[in-house]
Amino acid sequence: MRRVTRSLLLAVPPALLAGALFAAAPTALAADEAEVKKEGKEIAFNRRKGNCLACHAIDDGESPGTIGPPLFSMQQRFKSQADLRAQIWDATKRNPETTMPPFGRHGILSESDLDKVAAYIWSL
Amino acid sequence: MKKLLITAAAAMLLGGLGVAVQAGPQEDLKEYRAFFTKKFPNVKMADFADGAYAIDEQLRANWLQIEEFPPYEPYIAEGEELFNKPFKNGKTYASCFPNKGIGIADRYPHWDKKKGQVVTLESAIQDCRKANGEEPLKGSSGPIASIEAYMAFTSRGKKTNVVVPMDDPKALEAYNKGKEFYFTRRGQLNFSCAHCHFGNSGMLLRTERLSPALGQTTHFPKYRSKWGAMGTLNRRFKGCNRQVRASPFKDQSEEYRNLEFFLTHMSNGIPLNGPGARK
Repeated sequence: MRRVTRSLLLAVPPALLAGALFAAAPTALAADEAEVKKEGKEIAFNRRKGNCLACHAIDDGESPGTIGPPLFSMQQRFKSQADLRAQIWDATKRNPETTMPPFGRHGILSESDLDKVAAYIWSL
Repeated sequence: MKKLLITAAAAMLLGGLGVAVQAGPQEDLKEYRAFFTKKFPNVKMADFADGAYAIDEQLRANWLQIEEFPPYEPYIAEGEELFNKPFKNGKTYASCFPNKGIGIADRYPHWDKKKGQVVTLESAIQDCRKANGEEPLKGSSGPIASIEAYMAFTSRGKKTNVVVPMDDPKALEAYNKGKEFYFTRRGQLNFSCAHCHFGNSGMLLRTERLSPALGQTTHFPKYRSKWGAMGTLNRRFKGCNRQVRASPFKDQSEEYRNLEFFLTHMSNGIPLNGPGARK
């Protein structure tokens, strides 16, 4: 059933699908998306929250650490935003020896904060 | 295939970090030294005693400047005074230690067969007070740190020399417990001690240069600018635990004594240079 749904979705031309989604209120949606990314960036940079800069160079973030790889071209490095989010949620799944804290599994960030951070990082 | 690769990589990492518990202290020592000399080929073994200042020139320059007027000096003076001040019974700390307590920090931590536990310099100072009817000193800063600073100062230049006696299986057990503690992830942030001070040593955590595990125990107790005061190794352990959002253990708990046993053993042969000054 799942496979059927996916192939059905794939059959719809992406432009058409996007058109259908954005047709209702394109500006409002785009504004929402920008807001989510902005909030995501704040959470990512906040020392008490994501503190991603402790280990990663990101965008215009000041004094980044060098423990993790710099974050850019994320859409080439991950299959999807969901895949990237899963990596932030628990990086030990992919690599049991990773230094990266499991932000979702250990409740370091809330699920909604994770959504925003993932949206921001995905946009880099 | 991918899974296999990951498993192989994990095994390599574990091997590299010496997690294999069956290896003895001697094998560990060889492995850790090899790991760090390969990672920092320009650092001489003895210079690992300087921590991050052995691997970062700019930090080293700042530190050498601080060493011109060492912030720990008043604490050595205070420690000497406390060390020589008689207890109510008229005796002093000197009565509890070999060579009257002078130049003996290299004998700690050590395995005490009779007690069946690791004795650290800090716990020996407390035991001395107890034996003389005095209350224990509180915490991991203040008078206890000053007394240690004085004792460490008289031991400068001696080499770290922790022995894990092989004739007592409980000694090896204590060493292995310390080792397990070192490599175990803990806290909400899920770091082991090794995550920062083995593979990632030399890297930057924001602006902080992570120091190598090798040589990390030689300069204690230390004056830390962040504290604005002197602190013992246990104070640093507690700080590390808190930083990864784990509950710290009590001063001189079995956990920390075993950890000190393991961690100090790793630096065998590296000269003692306490008390130290650190950021």
